[in-house]
Amino acid sequence: MSVSAPAKATIPPVRQDRVRKYGPDGISGRRLGLRIAVGVIIALVFLTPYLIMLVGSLKTRPEILRVPPRYFPQDGLQFGNYASMWSTPETPLPFNLISTLIISIFATLLVLLVATPAAYYTARFRFPGKIAFLFLVIVTQMLQPAVLTAGLFRQMLVLDINDTWLAMILINAAFNLSFALWIMHSFFAGIPKEIDEAAQLDGAGRLKVLFTVNLPLVWPGIVTAIIFTFVSSWNEFAASLVIMSTAENQPLSVALTKFIGQYATSWQYVFGISIVAIIPVIILFALIEKRLIGGLTAGAVK
Amino acid sequence: MSTLTPPVIRERKRGGGPQNRDSLWAALPWVGPVLLLIFGVVLFPAAYMIYSSTRRISQAGTNVEGVGFENFATVFADPNLPRVLLNTFVWVIVVVSVTVVLSLLLANFLNKPFPGRTLVRMAVIVPWAASVVMTTTVFYYGLDRDYGIMNSFLVDIGLLDSTYGFTKNVATALGAAIVVGIFVSIPFTTYTLLAGLQAVPSDALEAAKMDGAGPVRTYFSVVLPQLRGALAVAVLINVINVFNNLPILRIMTGSIPGYSADTLMTYIFKVLQFDRRLDIASALSVVNFAVVILIVAVYVKVVKPMKET
Repeated sequence: MSVSAPAKATIPPVRQDRVRKYGPDGISGRRLGLRIAVGVIIALVFLTPYLIMLVGSLKTRPEILRVPPRYFPQDGLQFGNYASMWSTPETPLPFNLISTLIISIFATLLVLLVATPAAYYTARFRFPGKIAFLFLVIVTQMLQPAVLTAGLFRQMLVLDINDTWLAMILINAAFNLSFALWIMHSFFAGIPKEIDEAAQLDGAGRLKVLFTVNLPLVWPGIVTAIIFTFVSSWNEFAASLVIMSTAENQPLSVALTKFIGQYATSWQYVFGISIVAIIPVIILFALIEKRLIGGLTAGAVK
Repeated sequence: MSTLTPPVIRERKRGGGPQNRDSLWAALPWVGPVLLLIFGVVLFPAAYMIYSSTRRISQAGTNVEGVGFENFATVFADPNLPRVLLNTFVWVIVVVSVTVVLSLLLANFLNKPFPGRTLVRMAVIVPWAASVVMTTTVFYYGLDRDYGIMNSFLVDIGLLDSTYGFTKNVATALGAAIVVGIFVSIPFTTYTLLAGLQAVPSDALEAAKMDGAGPVRTYFSVVLPQLRGALAVAVLINVINVFNNLPILRIMTGSIPGYSADTLMTYIFKVLQFDRRLDIASALSVVNFAVVILIVAVYVKVVKPMKET
């Protein structure tokens, strides 16, 4: 492809630099061009569904239900869809958004509150049953709300908190706790213990050592735990589907399924909501891209 | 191959001073809240579900009476079950195997240097962050026979003679669900394998080159063996995730009446939601749970996440 041409045309010092950076085996410009082309195709494959979503969210209703469809709207981009979508008859979307936000935020806070001390403690101290404790954490990391929904549903009925934010906050927190604990555990353990000991000699208690000495150093781990828990709660579907029965309480993931299978679905609204719900979490995930694997696989991949 | 986070190893080496060894009572304030959440919201519902599977429960959720294994007898005598299990098996095997092969190719590609690589990696992460419900919805819309944009694209590039109602019959709806399943599973798998690839020591690659091994030979005799751990993790986590996936099949096969396109998970949710049979749904979930536990056991055995402790 012609992408390689500029690389050849550059002045020698820059070119040498390029060769060192991209071609330890002496990769030719043509080969590099091929890689870029393949890269572009791969990016397009993964982005296309979301581009369809974006373009679809800007179509008029007749346009999006048009037979045969057109790839690009001919009657202008309807940015007004993003205002009118909030009052659609299918589901009370403003409530759904608030529900999703509240559940995700409080589940994340609860995880942070509960997992941080445990992560610090297990990284620093020994206690009877520590291995059993860590094993329990690893095993629960493999479980998902969907597997236990029948049990969770009945439990929430009996506790009389079925169809409440509290139920979903507890569920999302419990099922994301393990990931958060693991990722923070590995960050705490990466801090030399001598730092703690120095602070302890100055008379600081353990809690004070955690907050004043460790927390400022492990913030990347904490941010990863926060983002992962938030995104995972934001997207939770199975348990909410059964437990949140009132339309106003349902999170966006459940509410959106109500549009599907209708005679003439308002796809432009479905996609508008989806874009609003997806863009923030993509940005959050991109921020922690490099650290996602470490926590997810419990350190099994070195 | 597999190590726990380095910290645990280091701790063992140091042996830990006396002030680092606590009693259970001293540990409780630190780890107690975690235990409370895990026991209260993961292990208790699991136990409660098993208990519920041996009871008769009214549609309102009232516990009527104990029936022993009667619910399981009902489940195993269910004429829908063989088809549901077959679908589940095909769904898991096809999605996971295709995902792993494609992710291996993708991870190898993304491990090579080229300008703009970070941007491509970011593009690959998108389906991972996005809600599976929302991603599946686009495919459902795109494959609509009349106004679906993917359907008309397939016609435009000559793959189809005329648009086709993919979500209207069992085989094509399952096929479409499998495509979406692969699409949303690739990002995690690729990143796991990429992490594994980056851990392949460069001196091993150098040595292979010195010995005159070609790229293919080097790949199969040096790189792939090093990837075993990452592959094991990727396969097992995918098996669990795909096995437990609800939204993709529920949306893609949602317009098909009856149970001929159901997997165990979508079947459980139909029994739970539409039939309101908590007892039968619990028995089905227990069967499902047993499979998950089995996979977790294999994971612990193969990956040995606790090896270093």
